[in-house]
Amino acid sequence: MTESASVTDGVLSLRNLKVSFRTPNGLVQAVRGIDLDVAPGEAVGIVGESGSGKSVSFLATLGLLPRNAQISGSAKVVGTELVGASRRTLNGIRGNKIAMIFQDPLSALNPVHRVGDQIIEMIQAHQSLTKLAAAARAVELLDIVGIPQPDQRARQYPHEFSGGMRQRVMIAMAIANDPDVLIADEPTTALDVTVQAQILEVLDRIRREMQTAIVMITHDLGVIARVADRVQVMYAGRVVERTGVTSLFAHPTHPYTEGLLHSIPRHGLDRLVPIPGSPPNMLRPPSGCAFRPRCSHADERCERDVPELKPMGDAMTACVRVNELYVASKQ
Amino acid sequence: MTSIQEPQIPQADLDAAAELGVDVSAQQGLDVVAFTPARMAWKRYWGHHGAAVSTVILAIVMFMALATPLTARYGINEQVLKIEEGNNVFLSPRSIAWFGTDDIGRDMYSRLLFGIRTSMFIGVASAILSVLIGTAVGAFAGLRGGKFDDLMMRVTDLFLAFPFLIAIILVREFLGGLSFLTPIIGGKSSIRFIIVLFAIFGWMGVARLVRGQVLALKEREFIEAARAVGASNFRIVVSHLLPNSIGPILVALTLSVIGAVVGESTLSFFGFGPQPGENSTSLGYIIGLSRDGVQRGDWWLAVFPCGALVLLAICINFIGDGLRDALDPKLDSGR
Amino acid sequence: MARFIIRRLLWMVPTLLVVTFLVYVAVRIGWNPVASYQRANPRAGKKRLEAYRQANGLYPGPSGYVRGYGEWLWKFVRGPSHWPRSIKGGGEVWEPLRYSFFNTLRLAGIAAVLGISLGIGLGILASRRPGGWLDITVNTTAFFVGGVPPFVSAVMLQLTFAVSLGWLPPAGVYPPGQRGFDLFLMIKHLTLPVIVVMIQTIAGYSRYMRASVLDVASSDFLRTARSKGISERRVLFRHSVRNALVPVVTVIGIDIGSLIGGLIITENIFNYPGMGVYFVDAALLGDFPKLLPFLVIIVVFVIVFNLLADIAYAFLDPRIRLD
Repeated sequence: MTESASVTDGVLSLRNLKVSFRTPNGLVQAVRGIDLDVAPGEAVGIVGESGSGKSVSFLATLGLLPRNAQISGSAKVVGTELVGASRRTLNGIRGNKIAMIFQDPLSALNPVHRVGDQIIEMIQAHQSLTKLAAAARAVELLDIVGIPQPDQRARQYPHEFSGGMRQRVMIAMAIANDPDVLIADEPTTALDVTVQAQILEVLDRIRREMQTAIVMITHDLGVIARVADRVQVMYAGRVVERTGVTSLFAHPTHPYTEGLLHSIPRHGLDRLVPIPGSPPNMLRPPSGCAFRPRCSHADERCERDVPELKPMGDAMTACVRVNELYVASKQ
Repeated sequence: MTSIQEPQIPQADLDAAAELGVDVSAQQGLDVVAFTPARMAWKRYWGHHGAAVSTVILAIVMFMALATPLTARYGINEQVLKIEEGNNVFLSPRSIAWFGTDDIGRDMYSRLLFGIRTSMFIGVASAILSVLIGTAVGAFAGLRGGKFDDLMMRVTDLFLAFPFLIAIILVREFLGGLSFLTPIIGGKSSIRFIIVLFAIFGWMGVARLVRGQVLALKEREFIEAARAVGASNFRIVVSHLLPNSIGPILVALTLSVIGAVVGESTLSFFGFGPQPGENSTSLGYIIGLSRDGVQRGDWWLAVFPCGALVLLAICINFIGDGLRDALDPKLDSGR
Repeated sequence: MARFIIRRLLWMVPTLLVVTFLVYVAVRIGWNPVASYQRANPRAGKKRLEAYRQANGLYPGPSGYVRGYGEWLWKFVRGPSHWPRSIKGGGEVWEPLRYSFFNTLRLAGIAAVLGISLGIGLGILASRRPGGWLDITVNTTAFFVGGVPPFVSAVMLQLTFAVSLGWLPPAGVYPPGQRGFDLFLMIKHLTLPVIVVMIQTIAGYSRYMRASVLDVASSDFLRTARSKGISERRVLFRHSVRNALVPVVTVIGIDIGSLIGGLIITENIFNYPGMGVYFVDAALLGDFPKLLPFLVIIVVFVIVFNLLADIAYAFLDPRIRLD
């Protein structure tokens, strides 16, 4: 398969996607040009701190941002351009080819409608099924995501479900039209640890059985380790590292990724090393490398220009000093 | 009303900003000069155009009503013309009587000034009384909780659900019927009585508001801290809770002034209002007299007093709105 | 749900007894029925006065109040033919009460339905673009109109459209001498009173609905709804308006008190023969036999509408459990 063919075959491809918000204090540059290609049935992790632009990129793709958002670049879902698309085009794609599940399933479900009806609404938006057939399909979907007694549960309201069960409902709704790609925006953050594992298991099963590509947005590297094939690390609205999941943990190339790995609790490590400082102000992002103010390896080169993603070992890294650092870490 | 002078920023924007980790309040590179809270509130108040204009108008009206020796053209019961010099009743507006004359030939303009003075006195006095009672009861109920709190909520629920006009007429007659109260609060048609009557209805709203504030503040750290160092309940209320709920209380005070002024006019209009006596009058009393004028087509009898009432109502509503924006910027004034 | 309603209805009985007793005491102390009877019938002899006292159970002292209330209540529940008669002219109480009740119901029904639906509609439109010209217009108008007391707007409308321009009749439900039903005349007479009540309702509900829709606007479930690819129209009605209606509908039930207040004012200004005119006439005269049944009806209305508000709330929001 050639390089160009793989691009056209991708279910989701972002090219130089930029998002900024007009605010009373000025333009907040949330996403400053990111690229991403997702192949059918693949699981890609997007990692970053809150405010790194990871959620915003995908909300922009689906046209879910408020009116003050300015979006440029390209976001294609199964070949259809969504940036600047008409509402009609957008509504034909979202919920159908691409679906999204959100962090807090309680607030993401409408409290006044029955769970079954909310799934039926999703089905009927894209398939010409009778209400009865759609209802049967909704029950079937609830069964697929592992909700016991699905026919009774379909008639209940969101508040009658536990957190984990609600997230299963969200997943059932998202896969109702057999989408090509599923965006999971921190789907386990609001859940108990034991429930988290079950939800990830459901998502993984869906990917295997339905060949649905999954984009997992998270700040939890544990989640990445469990689900993703490859990873994009984001910082201050840009991708700083793109790598396979094994090489991410084995030998991170970007100083930020390295910092992330050091700041998670692990067995056998007696001390956590947090990354000093805080994420930059996106109203006035720092010149050059955005991570520079927090980076212990920064020098005057980092101040000058924005580093581009360059291959380094198995990974792609946006760091000007990566060569020296990489060599140093290997010694 | 914020939306009048500045388009509201959709919540989503602020959310987006928050999500992006942008601390809007402390932007580097923005020229943030530190102001005291009072100074900030003052600036916000005068930045509210409606409130600023209303304050000026209200100040002018109040000056005119208080400085009657300068501003009134005739005495309160003085006729514009001696009856021998010609007809002086129901004159339409003209140079000798700018707002026309009433059924016994008195100048409407001058009488309006005297009336506004009395009505504003009724409004301010009953508002202060309502706020004093309401704050005390509300703070006590909120801090104490339990049976007293339940009872207060029940009673106020009942009164607030009842049609206001019926309830107030019922209570008016009831209080008037209790002869042992008359030496204290005056007869049914005295000014003192009407002030007490509006205070009886006004305290409930204030009490519920203060109770809510107290309940919300009670759990905050600084109250816990005060309690930990052994401050008494009274002290906590006076030195911590009240200063923190001064904003909503001031807004409630402002709005109860106009509530009482409109209430007095409404009661007077139906013949249940105060009879201000020989040498005074009230806005409500003047408006009450306008009823017959309307049927005859003597428009000035209704238009000027009603206009004055509406002017006062809108000015004070704007001032309340401005105070709300100034003292509690978090509050959405759209509701 | 059914159990809740039955329990609340059962609870209504003691509530009604307590509230009507309090009202009874207030009316007896407030209006002094014997004195007002003498005022209304200055030439009534001792015998007539005693008969009136007996018919209404006006016994003195605290125990007399309880006994009098008991007797009055017994007569009241046995039906209108047992009710004591009016102090002025000795006429029946039920006939005028029924007549004014239906007149008020007609006026209030039309004004409430039109006012609330227009108010909610305007609120939705205004909330579509917060800060847009429509929003500012609706909000500003509502603010100004909300500051105008209803009797002022009534007087001004009457002066303009009835007295000066003569387009509409200034008072009454039919012209004097009119017999029988005439829809056109009735509409002409209802127009101004309905507008007065509507103005207040529209101003209140448009602001309230706008705030409620904007409250819902930042909800996550709206984002979910949009992510489904359904039409914006469907998002608006099935998700944002549907959810925003919950608090607004609850207010409708509780707001009955202020609606009745507005009606009393409006009816008196337009001399519309409804409950408001009935009440003010009875109150000014101190007509004890006419006042009590009126007040009982009002109390029942307030309690029933509060119950309806609770039921509507539970019906619209499944998270609320009634029991």
